[in-house]
Amino acid sequence: MTMQPASTEIASRTAAIVQDLKDLEGPLLPILHGIQEEFGHVPQDAVPVIADGLNLSRAEVHGVVTFYHDFRARPAGRHVLKLCQAEACQSMGSDAVAARVKQLLGIDFHETTRDGSVTLEPVYCLGLCACSPSAMLDGEVIGRLDDDKIDEIVAEVRS
Amino acid sequence: MIPRIYVPGDSGALALGAEKVAKAIASELAERGIEAKIVRNGSRGAYFLEPMVEVATANGRVAYGPVKPSDVKSLFDSGFLTGGHHKRWLGAPDKIPFLAKQTRLTFARCGINDPLSLDAYKALGGLKGLQNAVAMAPADIVKQVTESGLRGRGGAGFPTGIKWKTVLDTTSERKYIVCNADEGDSATFADRMIMEGDPFVLIEGMTIAGIATGATKGFVYIRSEYPHAVAVMNKAVEIARKAGVLGVNVLGSPNAFDMEIRVGAGAYVCGEETSLLNSLEGKRGVVRAKPPLPAIQGLFGKPTVINNVISLASVPVIMDKGAAFYKDFGMGRSRGTIPIQIAGNVKQGGLFETAFGLTLGEIVDDIGSGTSSGRPVKAVQVGGPLGAYFPRALFDTPFDYEEFAKRDGLIGHAGVTVFDDTADMLKQARFAMEFCAIESCGKCTPCRIGSTRGVETIDRLAAGIEPEKNLALVTDLCNTMKFGSLCALGGFTPYPVMSSITHFPEDFKPAPARVAAE
Repeated sequence: MTMQPASTEIASRTAAIVQDLKDLEGPLLPILHGIQEEFGHVPQDAVPVIADGLNLSRAEVHGVVTFYHDFRARPAGRHVLKLCQAEACQSMGSDAVAARVKQLLGIDFHETTRDGSVTLEPVYCLGLCACSPSAMLDGEVIGRLDDDKIDEIVAEVRS
Repeated sequence: MIPRIYVPGDSGALALGAEKVAKAIASELAERGIEAKIVRNGSRGAYFLEPMVEVATANGRVAYGPVKPSDVKSLFDSGFLTGGHHKRWLGAPDKIPFLAKQTRLTFARCGINDPLSLDAYKALGGLKGLQNAVAMAPADIVKQVTESGLRGRGGAGFPTGIKWKTVLDTTSERKYIVCNADEGDSATFADRMIMEGDPFVLIEGMTIAGIATGATKGFVYIRSEYPHAVAVMNKAVEIARKAGVLGVNVLGSPNAFDMEIRVGAGAYVCGEETSLLNSLEGKRGVVRAKPPLPAIQGLFGKPTVINNVISLASVPVIMDKGAAFYKDFGMGRSRGTIPIQIAGNVKQGGLFETAFGLTLGEIVDDIGSGTSSGRPVKAVQVGGPLGAYFPRALFDTPFDYEEFAKRDGLIGHAGVTVFDDTADMLKQARFAMEFCAIESCGKCTPCRIGSTRGVETIDRLAAGIEPEKNLALVTDLCNTMKFGSLCALGGFTPYPVMSSITHFPEDFKPAPARVAAE
């Protein structure tokens, strides 16, 4: 498992990101993206530092963090696999794809395998609707998923 | 001249293996000691042919597709660098029927060249619209856009010129242009394609909007599910700034305009304009009540033009070739062209830009060539997750804002999802409610609670519990959501639900009868 940084370290690294971006118009989302990139999630200990830097209440920052699906409360697995579950992919059997991936990995959506290798998430559209069913593995797009491609993905995240 | 080989870098092509194809070509070139340039272009949008590799020959471009990495060796053996014949040979790309039948105005350049080459952009007519605009009075630009008949391509269909006029007529010192690139509707990828394949056309359109309304700052709000589009747009803005397209003197004129790329965070509702504005301001993406209109009090309380990517990307051609040229295409009150995105279970999926007026049947059967599974078409959802499901009986509906509305549907952002006869419409109706429950911003009760009650009620229907009573309840609930919700998420979720019930009643019959019928 990855080591969690100490709270003082989180605070100082967060403060640097806030300092860097606070002069943007509407800086909170860019800051949260920066923090998630830095830590892999938005740590609780970052919230008061952001609030302080932007002159907001902690509750306001917490409200924004929890509104958006992207921001994680805890780190994801080493790989993140997103399976599109929206209509175009449904028409091409995304249900069956999801069922197969869940079975092969032994986890449900929003879960991480016990060895921390992969987090599985649904996503509602990747804009690959003429190449359905589609997925995204660590930011790389994959279209026309079939059993072979699924096996390849599972092997990759397990290795 | 060294040969040029074009391998798309568009996400759709990448999803189908374009990167591996590019690598295979590069290593084959090295192995054979051939000097050639690999250009990463955008996609022309014929996704059933992607990855589509093109070669520039003495007789023009020759396309090959869909190319697999394992085809590369034999392509070289067949002399593809000079257009040689091969089983993947498609001939001149603009003669491929799917592309030849289109009318490309907004997507005129998309997929042809390196999207980040400003010279290539200019060589194909880029920046002419902006050049005309900087020499005009703002009111005249607005007039030209109004006269073109351009309506919001995000889905609402509001006349773009009228929105711009409202902002122009305000007296605020600070105004904004916001581009809604939160393209979250399933079946839609036109915004993504433009941003990845011809980013300068969007920058040009936004800059024209700025000059026309007196706004000096723009934001493009791109969804986080589009990392490639974000990367291309960021680079394009940088290039445009260096070239003086953006900055304090746009193309050497006294007009100032600059822009920033912002990334969403996975909230579908932020595609709704007021929720998007809140998100840009760093708030929860909760919908705002209207009025005040964003044109009067938008981003940070200032007058704001908020337009969809395709609306803004259609402006340069209007400013280049004139309002009448654009208006000549289309039918009724739907003027110009619309990039139809054919998706789902379809043989020839992709982007098809054409004048308004094709029938749904022509789009699905002729252009899309029917289902990819080869089974009969059962339903077609037009307009994304909030659009109605149409049966074959409505295939004569022309692609036009008003004609779809007459039949209780909408064209939305022009995404078309095809389903074959294995689709279960009760399941689709349930999904519409479930999606609304997942994505509701929570501000208004009909959407927040109605969607959850909708899922429960449809589950009872599926279980055969008091079917008539529960069907009446779903209908009533849809009515409440349609008229009582603050925005289109809650307000339009009834479209897929009610159209499923209306057009496919057999799928909503109680479970025992459904088993008996099968």
